[in-house]
Amino acid sequence: MGRVGAVRAGLAHEVRAARAFVARLPRDARIYQILFLGVLLGAGALARDFTLRPEQMALTFAAGLATQMVCVRALGLERVGVLSALITCLGLSILLRADSLWVHPFVAALAMASKFAIRVRGKHLFNPANLGVIVGVALIPGAWISPGQWGSDIASAAWVVALGALVSNRAQRLDTSWAFLGCYLGLVAARVVWLGYEWGVFVHQLESGALLLFAFFMISDPMTTPNHRSARVAHAALVAAAAFAWQFALFMPNGLVWALFLATPLVPLLDRIFRAERFNWRDNPALPGRGVPAPRTTTTSS
Amino acid sequence: MNALICPGIARILAAAAPTLICALFAPAAFAFCGFYVGKADANLFNEASQVVMVRDGDRTTITMRNDYKGELTEFAMVVPVPEVLPEESIKVVDNVLFERIDAYSAPRLAEYYDANPCHVRSARKNGLAGRLPQSLAMDAVREKSEEDRGITVEAEYTIGEYDVVILSAKESNGLEIWLRENGYRIPDGAAQALAPYIRQDLKFFVAKVNLAEQAKTGSAYLRPMQFSFRTEKFMLPIRLGMLNARGPQDLVLWMLTRTGRVEATNYRTVRLPANMDIPTYVKGDFRTFYKALFDEQAKREEHRVIFTEYVWNMSWCDPCAANPLTPAELRGLGADWVSSGGRRAPRAQPVMLTRLHVRYTAETFPEDLMFQETKDRANYQARYVLRHPAKVAPDACPAAGRYLDQVAERQEREAKVLATLTGWDVNDIRERAGFAVRERPWWEEWWVGLAP
Repeated sequence: MGRVGAVRAGLAHEVRAARAFVARLPRDARIYQILFLGVLLGAGALARDFTLRPEQMALTFAAGLATQMVCVRALGLERVGVLSALITCLGLSILLRADSLWVHPFVAALAMASKFAIRVRGKHLFNPANLGVIVGVALIPGAWISPGQWGSDIASAAWVVALGALVSNRAQRLDTSWAFLGCYLGLVAARVVWLGYEWGVFVHQLESGALLLFAFFMISDPMTTPNHRSARVAHAALVAAAAFAWQFALFMPNGLVWALFLATPLVPLLDRIFRAERFNWRDNPALPGRGVPAPRTTTTSS
Repeated sequence: MNALICPGIARILAAAAPTLICALFAPAAFAFCGFYVGKADANLFNEASQVVMVRDGDRTTITMRNDYKGELTEFAMVVPVPEVLPEESIKVVDNVLFERIDAYSAPRLAEYYDANPCHVRSARKNGLAGRLPQSLAMDAVREKSEEDRGITVEAEYTIGEYDVVILSAKESNGLEIWLRENGYRIPDGAAQALAPYIRQDLKFFVAKVNLAEQAKTGSAYLRPMQFSFRTEKFMLPIRLGMLNARGPQDLVLWMLTRTGRVEATNYRTVRLPANMDIPTYVKGDFRTFYKALFDEQAKREEHRVIFTEYVWNMSWCDPCAANPLTPAELRGLGADWVSSGGRRAPRAQPVMLTRLHVRYTAETFPEDLMFQETKDRANYQARYVLRHPAKVAPDACPAAGRYLDQVAERQEREAKVLATLTGWDVNDIRERAGFAVRERPWWEEWWVGLAP
């Protein structure tokens, strides 16, 4: 018994130490997002033959951060840091490709400016990286996105899921990611069954790096998704259906980013119907004062 | 009858002798200052399918090379197509078009000569030169049970030396039985592979050789077959061709588009490692080198990627493995937007050529290839460089000793690059290159390994 007691005491000590460690971790989910997007960008650039030039990356960050600072100062805003700008710049570097140097900074500046210029009831409308990519693909000569750039293999897919789930969980938006993935992969599975494909086709879609990156790092952005949990799930399902139709009925590429872009104007409408508190990065209730991540609760109060 | 199902239609003989062409054809801005000495054409790869695909909006033209060496009575191909093709949209074209586009876009070798280090002024001048510059009517169609099986013969034509039948099917077993009854030796599992195409309401373009027409051509080989249609789907069906495959298969695909490079959307598209200095002895056997390089890179990527071998605006090249295609040749391949022009290609030919090379297996490519045209107009070529050292005695001048040391270091680097690219043993390379084999301490190995 004494021995068991000692083990218990030891365990309790370990748990306390772990809690203390977690308490000291930054509470802002964006720190982790920046870290993991940075890792993904590095891995992609080194191991996946991204056609991204270092100068393009540097210019993206320079233009994105400068625009953020100018807008914050001009509007006299307080408590607005650079974390979101860093995330947008990382996202643009990971997604957007161009054959010239001006495209990246131009799109980064535009994406950041949209955060301050296009707002509905105090909440910015578009996911800046999503808007930037769409502007690049639709309007700018010499800019494109490469949905195949991540390839598909289990190992890299697992990494994206693991890292993405961590971030989304901390940002309390894992429900969005899973709702989107569930609906999209459900539709893909139905198509595989309907057309009589082998299941290899389903697995190939499931492993798509672009899909998982989108699910865990773009559609899960708490600032541009509906505040109410039910609305978020409905919105994610709608984006999934639109992306599926875009790719498999209209046969056009880049369905994921287009679907999110087209479904964005519905967010204010959904926020109006399903009322809930707005998300705040710093006062994230996912990490209450004791520093222990709470089980998945929502920010909604309805 | 042995049905070769598209696009695994071609059987190509192994490498012939290396071609030696010396061509200088380049605008001044990016002048190529060495000699083009060899190329690795698509015939290098056994049983590689060769396809030219032209995409303009929703208009698609596919040309397939039938470099089939077996009995003509045994040749057949089955290609899923989006609509019943009218007779005027199917034709046979000259094999020369494939030879031209292959020669123009083939991976190439370029060579440079170092200046004599003792001629300081010219060495400085040429210092830049030493660096990499930018540089199926079926004759026995059985109609009796077709309707029962949901098979409709939508059209029948004789086009050149081919008898073409366009079929629509309601269920895959019916199609498989129809094909068998009509003399096609369909591989097992065909029905399962055909099913998704039938569900998507695709038609089947089925062709075999009309022996009488073939005799009239007076030629021993089959000409490439070309057909055009409109479809939103920018894709190439490769899954049917996997049915009679025993191992990995090669596909060389030339894409002609108006504005930009073409890449796959459902697989990774990567550029082959290129523009590197390699030992000069490779000059004698560039085709063996390129084959080894492609084998090694495909293996390293576990047959999961599509390699880009060439991306260039059709109006020029540098160095040129062959002259760019003429407007007539481009129109012959289906690039209808090219104005017929005069005798020479106009300066800005609105055609981008993307040459893709994929080695695939049924497991690693579970889906047909889907593509997009990007807005990327950056040129790329699989080009490898030979740099011949100047012949100079170590004591010819004070600079000579230092130069020869640099040459030795450079040659060691080239040997390692060649080993990495091809998977060949570095000691064999050193020996073939004629280096004195010297044991290096581990730290020196490590240091040289780090060098770019």
